[in-house]
Amino acid sequence: MALLELKNVTKCYNGATRALTDVSFAVDEGEFVSIIGSSGSGKTTLLRCINRMIEPTEGEISFAGLSVSRLSKRELRRLRTKIGMIFQQHNLVERLSVIENVLHGRLGYKSTISGMLGHYTHEEKQRAFEIIGILGLDEQVYKRCDQLSGGQKQRVGIARALVQNPRMILCDEPIASLDPGTAKIIMDYLSDICREWGITLVISLHQVDVALRYSHRVIGFQRGSILYNGSPSGLTHERIAEIYGSESVEPAARQAG
Amino acid sequence: MQADVFTKRRKSALLLFGLLAALTLGSAVLTRYDVARGLTSFFRAFIWGVTSFYPDGKSMRRLPEILTKLWDTMLISVASTMVAAILSLFLALAGSRTTRVHAFFTVLARGIGSFFRNMPLVAWAMVLMLAFSQSSLTGFLALFFGSLGFLTRAFMETFDEVGEEVVDALKATGAARPHITSQAVLPSSMPQMVSWLLFMIETNIRDATLVGLLTGTGIGFLFDVYYKSFNYHAASLVVIVTVIAVIAMEGISNSVRRVIL
Repeated sequence: MALLELKNVTKCYNGATRALTDVSFAVDEGEFVSIIGSSGSGKTTLLRCINRMIEPTEGEISFAGLSVSRLSKRELRRLRTKIGMIFQQHNLVERLSVIENVLHGRLGYKSTISGMLGHYTHEEKQRAFEIIGILGLDEQVYKRCDQLSGGQKQRVGIARALVQNPRMILCDEPIASLDPGTAKIIMDYLSDICREWGITLVISLHQVDVALRYSHRVIGFQRGSILYNGSPSGLTHERIAEIYGSESVEPAARQAG
Repeated sequence: MQADVFTKRRKSALLLFGLLAALTLGSAVLTRYDVARGLTSFFRAFIWGVTSFYPDGKSMRRLPEILTKLWDTMLISVASTMVAAILSLFLALAGSRTTRVHAFFTVLARGIGSFFRNMPLVAWAMVLMLAFSQSSLTGFLALFFGSLGFLTRAFMETFDEVGEEVVDALKATGAARPHITSQAVLPSSMPQMVSWLLFMIETNIRDATLVGLLTGTGIGFLFDVYYKSFNYHAASLVVIVTVIAVIAMEGISNSVRRVIL
């Protein structure tokens, strides 16, 4: 059975603008799935619908057998602990140290009081240090995040997601603001996490070549609909051109439709 | 085409200047303000200040009394600022877009903030005088209400600036709202909040002099007494001591700011 399944998901903003139209696909446990498409094609909206950071207007989303859209507030929090999220802008608390930011990943498991006071168990701290070590940030543990480079910040973001002990991680353009060398390091880490830890990855990307190199499967998105869903090898130049380069034919298509 | 843009800009600048000039002239005429006399009396006031408004040897004997009153005034300022800060922290948390629970509380908190901020300090002092007569409590409360309004607004904007990004990230980990507030929003805003707090204490020491003058407490009252008994030397000493205190306070808070930012 698929870990994540979307059925006919549609999202309208303000009842008019359609960000997603009738999106259906499934992701198996341990898969590395890339979502490609030009800016504004609905990649971010799609990822955010999966953990209900954005409420989908219509459709069914299920994760590990749970119907995501029917969860109560408390159940939704529990679900989110199992789904990590990584952002383009890292979204760290810049003034806090690396270890504090990483431990934020445990807040979903906390009661109100212990979470507010920031009480973490010995095991949680040990695990956080371990993960920071795996990501090669040993020397930065007590550094404030505003002193880190972009690549280091993104690794802190990954560590925060990993410390959640998730089954799946959603990555929203994790390398869009990094230089090619740093981007490769980040992608290698993500690839390792998927292969060795068995964590499912759903990742939105701008760079087609990166998507082709790392993913098990590529989903091509255009104006909120799936144009391609299959193996990287099946993604021909014509398909890519269709996903990205159809802006010029758009007015004609609109007139025809 | 491009020249048009510049002509237009010059025209609007000219228009603005004309409006300001008209406003100034209009209000001068309406209030029968004589510019020439205003300037000359400023000069005369300066002469008077130099010749009679300075501390002399006799007034120095009053220094201990002045310093105790100044100390009282400073303590009242700090106390009222801190108490106001605690209350406005909660108001700001309820009112900020980043931390709010419900839109209703936002309107309520912003309303309370606006009301206390826009009511002049002098008006507070007058109103409170009727209720509590001349006592330290009156001064304390007047400063407290003013600070409450200002700090609520300042804290609220500080929280707003934290931005959705971090809040989103923690929400995605499954963290609840109180977690996000205490672990992400407050740590991010702390330096800015301390900075506003120090600013408020400085301002309150300055304002305490005025409030004291009205409510008959602290250093302001002392100034009033000396001034009305024509003891200008002692009165000038009060002013100098206050200015020194405010500048010292500013120096301290600037160095604190440098350390925490």
